[in-house]
Amino acid sequence: MSEEKHEPVPYQTFILIWVALIILTGITVGVAQFDLGAVNVWVALSVASLKSALVLFVFMHLRQESLLFKIGLLAMLVILVIFIGLTFTDVLYREVLL
Amino acid sequence: MSFEHRDDTGDRFGMWLFLYTEVILFSGLFILYAIALTTYPQEYITASNKLNIWFGAANTVVLLTSSLTIALAITAIQRNQIRLCISLCVATIGLAFVFLINKYFEWSHEISLGIYPASETLRDMGPGVTSFFNLYYFTAGLHGLHVLIGATLITVVAVMVAKGKVTSDRYVLLENSALYWHLVDLVWIFLFPLYYLII
Repeated sequence: MSEEKHEPVPYQTFILIWVALIILTGITVGVAQFDLGAVNVWVALSVASLKSALVLFVFMHLRQESLLFKIGLLAMLVILVIFIGLTFTDVLYREVLL
Repeated sequence: MSFEHRDDTGDRFGMWLFLYTEVILFSGLFILYAIALTTYPQEYITASNKLNIWFGAANTVVLLTSSLTIALAITAIQRNQIRLCISLCVATIGLAFVFLINKYFEWSHEISLGIYPASETLRDMGPGVTSFFNLYYFTAGLHGLHVLIGATLITVVAVMVAKGKVTSDRYVLLENSALYWHLVDLVWIFLFPLYYLII
């Protein structure tokens, strides 16, 4: 692999992302004060996914890495979906759970 | 003629591969959580309401801030601002300890209420609440262990920066420790809403 140095990410970028993460945390906590049924879990998971994307791409410098790193992440996510999906095709169709 | 064997990109890729296995490790616990949540929806709400949202929210802010400080530390070392880099590492380690101290008070409170694995109080509350707290203690405990390991790693690297062994020319060790620290943050980003915010 070639040795290409990353350009330093400006301090300001990181601070802005941190502000966004704090605001998103506020949104999750705020939404959780109201009982919206199943919507609560989906809002919580969507906001958590968005926060993860910010951490992965900016804080963890994934944005600056080569395609290989991104394919790696994608492969891991596909494995995770198979892992979760197959588990639930079993669990959801059982007569008696656990 | 001396030839230095060095592959920073390869080193970082190796770290990412390791982090994927860490994600798989934690996702096993989150799958158990999801199965138990669909099995005991009502009990999970009861159990989650026993956790203090503000302890969880405070720790979320602490971890997000520590992720910021370690990310800034990398820019600092790239710009050869060594003193700033060390200060930011120290801030990260400090925040890690704030997190753990917070966790100590939180768990002490819960244990004083009789909520701990295999306690009689939990047995009386039935299998749903028990499974919630068993998973909570195990997942948060494993996460806490990662906080401790991450803080140790960053301490070692901060000393190496101070001694000039990690420099603005060669800082992959700091990058990889930072990546590990961000993973700790990522796990908490999912752990917090799932355990504390279910209503």
